[in-house]
Amino acid sequence: MAEFFAQYMPAWGAYLLTALISVALLLAVVGLGALFFIWAERKVAGRIQDRLGPTRTGGKFGWLQSLADGIKLITKEDLAPADADRLLFRLAPYVSLAPSYAALLALPFADGWVGWEINTSVFFLLAILGLEVFGVILAGYASGSKWSLFGGMRQAAQVVSYEVPLGMCGVIPVFLCGTMSLTTIGNMQAGWATNWLIFHDPFTFMVFWVYFTCAVASVNRAPFDLAEAESELVAGFHTEYSGLRWSFFFMAEYNSMFVVSGLAAVLFFGGWNGPVPIFASWKAAGGGWEIVADLAGCLNFIGKAVLGVMVMIWVRWTLPRLRIDQVITTCLKYCVPLAAFCFVGALAWQLASLPSPNDWLSPDPAGRAAVREPWVERAEDGAERSGTSGAEELARLAEDKR
Amino acid sequence: MATANREQIIELDVRTDELLVNMGPQHPSTHGVLRLVLKTDGEIVTHVEPHIGYLHRCAEKIGENLTPRQWIPYTDRMDYLAAMNMNLGWSLCVEKLLGYELPEKARHIRVIIAELGRIASHLVGMGTYGLDLGTFSPFLYAFREREKILDLFEEVCGARLTNSYITPGGVTGDLPAGWLEKCEAFLDQFVPVITEYHTLLTTNAIFIQRTAGIGVISREMAIDYGCTGPVLRGSGVDHDLRRDGEERYTEMYDGYAFEVIVEKDGHYPRDHDYPPVPPEAVLGDCWHRFYVRMLEVMQAIDIVREGIEFYRASSGDWGHPIKLNTKLPKGEVYLETECPRGQMGFYLVSDGSAIPWRVRARSSCFCNLSVTEELCRGCLLADVAAIVGSLDIVMGEIDR
Amino acid sequence: MSEGPQFLDALKSRFGDHIRGVNLDNIDPWVEVAPEAIVEVCRFLKTDPDARFDMLNCISGVDYFQPDPAKAKRAGFEPHLEVVYHLSSTITKHTLVLKVILPRWKDDQPGQLPELDSVAGVWRTADWHEREVFDLMGVYFRGHPGLKRILLPEDWEGHPLRKDYELPLEYHGIRGR
Repeated sequence: MAEFFAQYMPAWGAYLLTALISVALLLAVVGLGALFFIWAERKVAGRIQDRLGPTRTGGKFGWLQSLADGIKLITKEDLAPADADRLLFRLAPYVSLAPSYAALLALPFADGWVGWEINTSVFFLLAILGLEVFGVILAGYASGSKWSLFGGMRQAAQVVSYEVPLGMCGVIPVFLCGTMSLTTIGNMQAGWATNWLIFHDPFTFMVFWVYFTCAVASVNRAPFDLAEAESELVAGFHTEYSGLRWSFFFMAEYNSMFVVSGLAAVLFFGGWNGPVPIFASWKAAGGGWEIVADLAGCLNFIGKAVLGVMVMIWVRWTLPRLRIDQVITTCLKYCVPLAAFCFVGALAWQLASLPSPNDWLSPDPAGRAAVREPWVERAEDGAERSGTSGAEELARLAEDKR
Repeated sequence: MATANREQIIELDVRTDELLVNMGPQHPSTHGVLRLVLKTDGEIVTHVEPHIGYLHRCAEKIGENLTPRQWIPYTDRMDYLAAMNMNLGWSLCVEKLLGYELPEKARHIRVIIAELGRIASHLVGMGTYGLDLGTFSPFLYAFREREKILDLFEEVCGARLTNSYITPGGVTGDLPAGWLEKCEAFLDQFVPVITEYHTLLTTNAIFIQRTAGIGVISREMAIDYGCTGPVLRGSGVDHDLRRDGEERYTEMYDGYAFEVIVEKDGHYPRDHDYPPVPPEAVLGDCWHRFYVRMLEVMQAIDIVREGIEFYRASSGDWGHPIKLNTKLPKGEVYLETECPRGQMGFYLVSDGSAIPWRVRARSSCFCNLSVTEELCRGCLLADVAAIVGSLDIVMGEIDR
Repeated sequence: MSEGPQFLDALKSRFGDHIRGVNLDNIDPWVEVAPEAIVEVCRFLKTDPDARFDMLNCISGVDYFQPDPAKAKRAGFEPHLEVVYHLSSTITKHTLVLKVILPRWKDDQPGQLPELDSVAGVWRTADWHEREVFDLMGVYFRGHPGLKRILLPEDWEGHPLRKDYELPLEYHGIRGR
């Protein structure tokens, strides 16, 4: 986008404008996303529980309910307990919201539709999502309430533990694709659903579920919502918060849910590439058609991410909460070994060049979109043509790439 | 019992400073206004002290100033989740003093109503237990069915929560026409719903993890602490006042076939339709208490069905409430009935006037709650909610 | 019901004078026990193979006092306190009522609570029941593990179930009467 604007204005202006547009768009995703998810959560929970959920505000489905709640929260008094560490208490919601929002920067919504194109975006996302916990710990510590302190400490223990399997699960698609760039990982899964990484081999299928479990735990959702555990800790880390500050925690929570689901969509479910490659030819056509295809891809991606969030909502309203020792046990005894096992398994599968469903199922006439680093394929092709050994060619290409 | 000892091993691992936490009187999982003062070492609770009395409404003192029939509404407000059973206990106590013989029809009405009250009360117990463990949906599923029972109660006496329907001398009115059919229809649609509860709670892996082996009350401990009702039976003590109580109460259930819900050799009566006891569960733990309640709902359904048949076959009068100013004979009586939460006893001392000299209510939850102090020692913070929830207390009854 | 079963005879022969009276005519027959023997009697009843009263259902205090002097003459009793124990057995399914008669005030000095030995060592449920009787009726239980008010606030004055109790005019700024 910056290149486009650079035609009409100085480079710094173009970059500033591009940045502002990206930020505005992502803010809209955070804001509208949170509003939508809170409404959806209430509606889905209502339906799960044989109720209607909100029905009145804004007409038929109560779709303005979140907005009304938001206005109510803005007008509420911003209370801080007398015992609170006022500076940290006020700071905590922002510390929580900022990383969650920043994570969106590196999350691609479609091919090239990303706020900040970096080639280590998987790493960046996992790292920055881990920062969100500081807000919670800070809130727990600064509130001057024992329940909040419990919540903060629980959250710290939980997130520190779950970062480990989450990272391991994230690494598997990375080594399968040979890149840390989410855009590239997404593009590699183009074509039919069989090309999605989740169907690559049995281990990636297994690891997705581990990833999802850890993701639910790391965004602090039931059955791992120990930090706010309302039946034990009243409301956990946000017991003492009110008004807009309180709602910031929720915006952060719902946004994180969206981000981890989106990450799952890119890593395992082909991102913006649908189960059926309808828009593949449009994409190839370029120009205006390409934008339409990207738009469809963006909607596709959002759909997948929202589906992930809906599953989290469904789980929340179905399962009881685990106890703290059981949460840690689940992580250390089940998730970590499973993730490690899948890591080794997927690696072995790849090394043994065992087939993935795409190899014999793909009806795509354009040929299979291999889940491989393109430059590896090019190296192989080149080696075949030129008669040099593949290894030499690889080394040369790797040199070029650098 | 390996499961039961696991916490103590954790406790000895690391010791940090103790934290004194006030759980309640305003807390989501203390079922009203119970206040627990917890001493915790990290997540591990080293000492629990229950403080009660926040809902004390001087019911016993008021009872010394009212005639027995006037006191009926006050019994409603003791265990407000099973008001009908409270009414029944007090009515039987007064009738015992008066030597009143109940007509056949009134007896069956009382059985039907009392057992419906038991179902309604256990539904709340089940639903709120889900809440304590952090799952919200079963609570609403339970209330959905409870509402239907309350609708039936409303049709019978006009009130949903504080019914004052069963009174000394019988009941305040006959069952309305068509009520029995509605009641049967409710039972028919209710039975399959129970499977749903079992899926969501009883057999749920997380639920079992949270409750099995937690808060184990041994047989001796349960009796020693005077625990009654599902808490006692969950510990494997074969004691149910509907069968073992005094004649005045058990004759009400004459002709009814029911088995006391208590574990024998790893099995519960009639558990063939229901999930088996999981291997992790230890007799007397939270899971068993919960399961006993769930099975008692089934038992109550059968009793109501029998009651409906008996009622149809019975002839005669539904009994008439005694006059407000009936003079009580001089003497004193004590009678316990099997209420949903345990044995509710009423003690009435009369000096020969219409107003009792002394009224005393023995609350089941009061005794059940006294176990907490010993039970919660050394458990995790989350287990406190699980244990207190499994005792299924109602503060209105404890504080009176 | 326990219509004079064996353990009553055993009780009488064992404790002799400490069993002050047995009333089998009442609807619930009761046994009156001397205050000093209550713990021993309870322990005997709990362990005796014929009795096996393993469960203490209730401890109640009853105040026999007619505050109205006109009615007091016709009341038919001397002012006194009764502590009533309702026992039952989960094994034999018997029930029994024990009574202890105490003076309303120790040494007849108003304000001095009458004393009685605690049975909390026999049944642990007695702990809370005795606290309640202490709280509402004003009987001091010797040897109780932690005798303090249970239903009322700890700084409450008086014992409300006494017949001559008067509500305080004011409690921490809250109007009483």
